[in-house]
Amino acid sequence: MEFRRKHLLELEGMSREELTLILDTAETFREVLERPIPKVPTLRAVTVANVFFEPSTRTRLSFELAEKRLSADLVSFSAATSSVLKGETLKDTARNIEAMKVDMVVIRHSAAGAPHFLSRCLEASVINAGDGCHEHPTQGLLDMMTLRHKFGRLEGLKVAIVGDIEHSRVARSNLHGLRAMGAEVLLCGPSTLMPVEAERWGVAVTHDIDEAIAWADALNVLRIQRERQAAGLFPSLREYHARFGVTRRRLERASKDITILHPGPINRGVEIESDLADSEFSVILDQVTNGVAVRMAVLYLLAGAQGALEGS
Amino acid sequence: MPEQKVKAELIDEQGLERTITRLAHEILERNRGTEKLAVVGIRTRGAPLAARIVRKIEALEGKRIPLGTLDITMYRDDFRRKIPMVRGTDIPFEIDDMNVVLVDDVLYTGRTARAALDALMDFGRPATVQLAVLVDRGHRELPIRADYVGKNVPTSIGEEVQVRLKEQDGEDSVLLIAAEEGK
Repeated sequence: MEFRRKHLLELEGMSREELTLILDTAETFREVLERPIPKVPTLRAVTVANVFFEPSTRTRLSFELAEKRLSADLVSFSAATSSVLKGETLKDTARNIEAMKVDMVVIRHSAAGAPHFLSRCLEASVINAGDGCHEHPTQGLLDMMTLRHKFGRLEGLKVAIVGDIEHSRVARSNLHGLRAMGAEVLLCGPSTLMPVEAERWGVAVTHDIDEAIAWADALNVLRIQRERQAAGLFPSLREYHARFGVTRRRLERASKDITILHPGPINRGVEIESDLADSEFSVILDQVTNGVAVRMAVLYLLAGAQGALEGS
Repeated sequence: MPEQKVKAELIDEQGLERTITRLAHEILERNRGTEKLAVVGIRTRGAPLAARIVRKIEALEGKRIPLGTLDITMYRDDFRRKIPMVRGTDIPFEIDDMNVVLVDDVLYTGRTARAALDALMDFGRPATVQLAVLVDRGHRELPIRADYVGKNVPTSIGEEVQVRLKEQDGEDSVLLIAAEEGK
């Protein structure tokens, strides 16, 4: 199958074939990361701008490393040190970057839809590195890659996404990607953090973490943002931990092996017990490694597709 | 897809078997045996050819030879003209100080061999790298030549040399396909 997309904006609407192609390609790039010289010359002629309007450590480093491993040229931009502070619009910022002959733009923005907007203004390929509460497609892909590694399949796998579903772009990308791949998804969290559209997605919802643990092969535990507590969406972090925290005791009570994912950064002792995050159940560090491989695959496929679409 | 016009069968099933045997003997002779010898096939059809050469050498010498597979897609110089699918490299041994024989089906412009050299060097520093091909059809664009050649076949640019192997195509043969009209 050929990859014919110019942008990666969301996993919603992507076919199983497209997702499989990205995941298969990522496997080969994971092998590159294990080599004595973990670098290939593939994107030597490609320039990528990393445009981050929101703080990010993991995603930004992961993209930068992926770009360097593919020998792309990269420029990085963060809103905190840019002309955005002087009132420059997103469109102007992006068009200036593009005027410097950039081929691809990796964007993180607090506004849902910002990557879509850019994709309509620019000739460059746009990769969504997280937009508001909408999607974080490369995170969804790396989660799927990690699960596929662990279980050898995604079809029929039972994955519970636990935590603040309402504000989570990771949850949305996981939901769309996993379901397209034939996995079953259960959403678990307090009703105040459950989006109203969950019903429209046609996905099972529970407010009982023990029920989710008993059902699932894997738990994708989301980070609880402390500002949600300040907004009154749940009474206290302690209470959240007591009702929804993933603990060793809960796993022992369910007496089953379970795989735990977390997109990071972790609030130890809130959404997950600290010891459990480092335990044999956790694949959190695999997720980080797979993140670089997945981003290499996405950059590679989009650059290839862009060339083909231009007929160069 | 237009029907292909086969101009000639360059190598048949028995011929391919004999060619593999000869290549195995030549590799052994030049390397004075199997000491520090390794064979790496270039995807896609170089891989089964490499496996056949290794089986032949092992049968002749009674020793195991390290065998690997190299995908050179990430090293191609025509990336962005087409969408190449990467299929993975598997070199499960150290290549440092080894005499590595790269195996491909057809040597044409030399660009694949160039990319394979680049790719191989990212795995270590072999003592020597040698190139074995089933067919050398000429038209080199780079200063590259093979150390072991199954068959030299003068071709015109538009013609195609098609290697068919049981492992991938269900039969063993090497065909010369005629140039398309107008080419």
